[in-house]
Amino acid sequence: MSKIIDGLYYSESHEYVKVEGDFGFIGITDYAQHELGNVVYVDMPEVDDEVTAGEEFGAVESVKAASDLMCPVSGTVVEVNEALEDEPGLINKDAFENWIIKVELSDKSELDNLMDAAAYKAMIGE
Amino acid sequence: MSYKFFPHTDDEMRAMLNTAGVKSLDDLYQDVPQELQLKKEYELPEAMSEIEVRRFFDGLGMGNITMRTFLGAGYYDHYSPAVVQDILKRSEFLTAYTPYQAEISQGTLMYIFEYQSMMAELTGMEVSNASMYDGTTATAEAMMMAVANAKKRNRVLVSETISPYVLRVIKTYAKFHGIQIDMVPANDGVMCHNCLKAELEKEDVAGVIVATPNFYGILEDYTGVADLCHEHKALLIMHCVATALSVVKTPAEWGADIAVGDGQSLGIPLNYGGPYVGFLCTTKKLIRKMPGRIVGATKDADGKRAFVLTLQAREQHIRREKATSNICSNQSLMALYVTIYMGLMGAKGLKEVNEISYSNAHYLAEGLVKTGLFEMAYPDKPFLNEFAVKTKLDIDKLQEYCNEEYLQCGLKIADDTLLIAVTETYSREDCDDLIDACVTFNEEQEGK
Amino acid sequence: MNNTFYGKLIFELSQNGRQGYSLPENRCAEYKMSDLPKGLMRENAPLLPEVDELSVVRHYTNMSNNNFGVDTGFYPLGSCTMKYNPKINEEIAAHREFTGLHPLQNTETTQGALAVYYFLQTSLAEISGLSEFTLNPYAGAHGELTGLMIMRGYHMERGDVKRTKVIIPDSAHGTNPASSAVCGLDVVVVKSRPDGTVDVDDLRPLLDDTIAGMMMTNPNTLGIFEHNIGEIAKAVHDCGGLMYYDGANLNPMLGKVRPGDIGFDIMHINLHKTFSTPHGGGGPGSGPVGVRAGLEHLLPNPRVVKVEEEDYDYFKLECSDKSIGSISGHLGNFGVMMRALAYILTLGRDQLKWVGPLATLNANYIKESLKDVYELPIGGVCKHEFVYDGLKDKSTGVTTLDVAKRLLDYGFHAPTIYFPLLFHEALMVEPTENESKQTLDEFIRIMRVIAQEAKDDPEMVKTAPHNTPVRRLDDTQAALHPIVTWRELVAEAE
Repeated sequence: MSKIIDGLYYSESHEYVKVEGDFGFIGITDYAQHELGNVVYVDMPEVDDEVTAGEEFGAVESVKAASDLMCPVSGTVVEVNEALEDEPGLINKDAFENWIIKVELSDKSELDNLMDAAAYKAMIGE
Repeated sequence: MSYKFFPHTDDEMRAMLNTAGVKSLDDLYQDVPQELQLKKEYELPEAMSEIEVRRFFDGLGMGNITMRTFLGAGYYDHYSPAVVQDILKRSEFLTAYTPYQAEISQGTLMYIFEYQSMMAELTGMEVSNASMYDGTTATAEAMMMAVANAKKRNRVLVSETISPYVLRVIKTYAKFHGIQIDMVPANDGVMCHNCLKAELEKEDVAGVIVATPNFYGILEDYTGVADLCHEHKALLIMHCVATALSVVKTPAEWGADIAVGDGQSLGIPLNYGGPYVGFLCTTKKLIRKMPGRIVGATKDADGKRAFVLTLQAREQHIRREKATSNICSNQSLMALYVTIYMGLMGAKGLKEVNEISYSNAHYLAEGLVKTGLFEMAYPDKPFLNEFAVKTKLDIDKLQEYCNEEYLQCGLKIADDTLLIAVTETYSREDCDDLIDACVTFNEEQEGK
Repeated sequence: MNNTFYGKLIFELSQNGRQGYSLPENRCAEYKMSDLPKGLMRENAPLLPEVDELSVVRHYTNMSNNNFGVDTGFYPLGSCTMKYNPKINEEIAAHREFTGLHPLQNTETTQGALAVYYFLQTSLAEISGLSEFTLNPYAGAHGELTGLMIMRGYHMERGDVKRTKVIIPDSAHGTNPASSAVCGLDVVVVKSRPDGTVDVDDLRPLLDDTIAGMMMTNPNTLGIFEHNIGEIAKAVHDCGGLMYYDGANLNPMLGKVRPGDIGFDIMHINLHKTFSTPHGGGGPGSGPVGVRAGLEHLLPNPRVVKVEEEDYDYFKLECSDKSIGSISGHLGNFGVMMRALAYILTLGRDQLKWVGPLATLNANYIKESLKDVYELPIGGVCKHEFVYDGLKDKSTGVTTLDVAKRLLDYGFHAPTIYFPLLFHEALMVEPTENESKQTLDEFIRIMRVIAQEAKDDPEMVKTAPHNTPVRRLDDTQAALHPIVTWRELVAEAE
């Protein structure tokens, strides 16, 4: 049974957005980290990079798998979670606590295209 | 039916067909529509016995002439210790597949780890992959790596002093991969640094490819080039002759981001162009952008040191079209070749190889110039064991003449220019023979 | 036997002042390398070992004892065609009249070598039913890339530049999409039906004027012959695309089917699979590429061409502007070609035709012998290989990985595991024609023993292997903190 947090926005490709004011914290869901196994590397964009909803912004690698990170929303990267560079396994410990990038949202209406916790829960069949 | 590679007896075959639930070998192809099946015999020779196979190749071998060679151009006739060829025959190495099952592949994994360590030492770079097909394709991979790293840039600059044999391969890759290659002009046999600067200032260059020693054998001075590239967010890729790296300034010392080249000069026989081994070394920062296989150290369940293929998530079998490269193997056995070679030679042996080659080449160059028939193409430029000379002689005819003396006098790189290389395999007498052959050839020409 | 040095790296055997080589005296020593400008020379010598000759010989001999090859034992690695690598091949490849040739030597002095190239090229064309081969590509993946360049080059020269997509089945080898990406082509995936073959109904809507072609492996990666190939090829050709044959699974076709006869326009062959050249622990291989009539001019430079004169024939190298360009330093891995030609001559027309049927017989024999204990998802005859979806009894928790590792304890190489991705517990078995019934029977017996062990003592199977030089490795740690050189290993220890 994966952890799902109410109040976050979820994408079909298993990313979440946690919104605080004009900013969104983006990471992968607990379900996704579980499917992937031990994360050994997170490929992240750089601060000031522009990201676009539906486009790739990085990748998460485990030993035997790799998954592209698809951006659920558009905006400018204002911070990347540098702790993941040294300890990518933090994602396995708590995927929601350990977000990957912080983005200044350029179009909040994009959030309407994402799922809420209940819809995401239904999608992953739990 | 009874053949040495097919162990099936008639009785066994019947029993096996029975288990497989079919009546005949043909029935095993019942799912292949009749109209698609081959209905004729191959138009090929009948099977040959071992005696006949040997005779066949002996016969063809007579169509070849093996000579003392002063040809180089990236591929050199260096000494190859007897130990290397002998160990390469060990079938536990020879007949193994890629080391997927690490528990029974520690042999392969361990020598690849040694190979990576030695290539990193030779180039001065932090990391090496498990090897690549050859130097030309390794350079193409480095070019694509630079473009992938730059994300939004797709222009690569290449020094005119690079080998044309490397250039023609990277041009093919570039054409299909959507990379624009522009040449940086050369003056007097070395790359024009100001021209490079002007191109870099357009801020659209992903990588710059230079050579050491360059195609003409010249040791170019790359002072400031790496800083210039990095200032403009381009990677510096250095194409190198492996053996020379044991004595000349390394790509790492010049500040390069990627070092590539062919390992053939580390004692691999010329073998009419292959198999050789390409190397690609880079910085730790770029390790996950590196193409090809990589072996890493780890521990087994008992805590014992062991080796394993690692960083596989970059590779084609996992990432498919998003992989760093389509390469799904390495040139393993040839990596073992150069590993044993470097193990035997050590830094001291490699230095001696370069010293003797240097001395021979400079003796030959001076001898050729003294005949009055040749002059150095780049007289004030330092070289190690390869140099270009200009001559008024008809180079084609000179080559034919030398071939009759079982000598190859070098490579014609322009109508009036010959590129000549010497290694430690050849002696002062061999150099004298070449000088004499040129003199005699000239006398015969003038006598006509 | 492992001696006490087992596990050491050559760096750990090094003693300052030891030497493993001999070189002649420098007889031109009046010319000194030390005269070169200091600024162009490296500051510190590379950290290479200093070892005597015997130590080197023992080191690598012991190292080889920790390796498993075809000569060691049965190697049923699916998709890899680990057939016997005949010894005569090795002897021929070491022929001194060939190994000393420089690639840039005048072709008048390399006629024998060019004849080898030409003879092998034409033999492969005959075996494949295609017009002409290049032997320049260095490996299978390199061949794929070359073949795709030819496919794209064909459309480019006709000015049909919008054809930038290539169709690839979801069961394909990972190299197919990766090679497409390197070639600048976008991948369109076509689905498989439950029996593993291409879903023609899923394919048709994908076909339009942006399709450059389609890549297929036949038999596919499940060992199933794509019997709809005629229909598929026609549909792809009708939309203007070309058909590419991934030769990874060519072995069962020998003597029975020629790719050129069933609708393929371009293909590559792995000489290290079908034509018995050794895999060498990962290479060198060779990946010749063949094309049908009308595409020859696109083959990479240089091409070996036969010139027929009145009284004699000779060979020359030809470069053309119409070609896709060069993809290799010279003519590819020549030493590998020597081996492949020796193999073709040894088998000849009369034995080559048995390769496919006997490889297929061996695969079907194993498949039927174990289907009561291992899950066989696709019935009917297979070709040279087949896939089990793990143990039939899933209740033990013993996975395909565990079965594979336990096989190592019994002296067998494991089959290919977790490929193709269509099944969760894929275990892909490819025997090859060289294996005797006794060998197969022993493998079958051991696979049954393991199935029983999974019931009786699952923990023992899950912790296998137990008898190998090392046990299961921590590959997470290896990927988290990559240590890839001796220098890093020393730093880590400190």
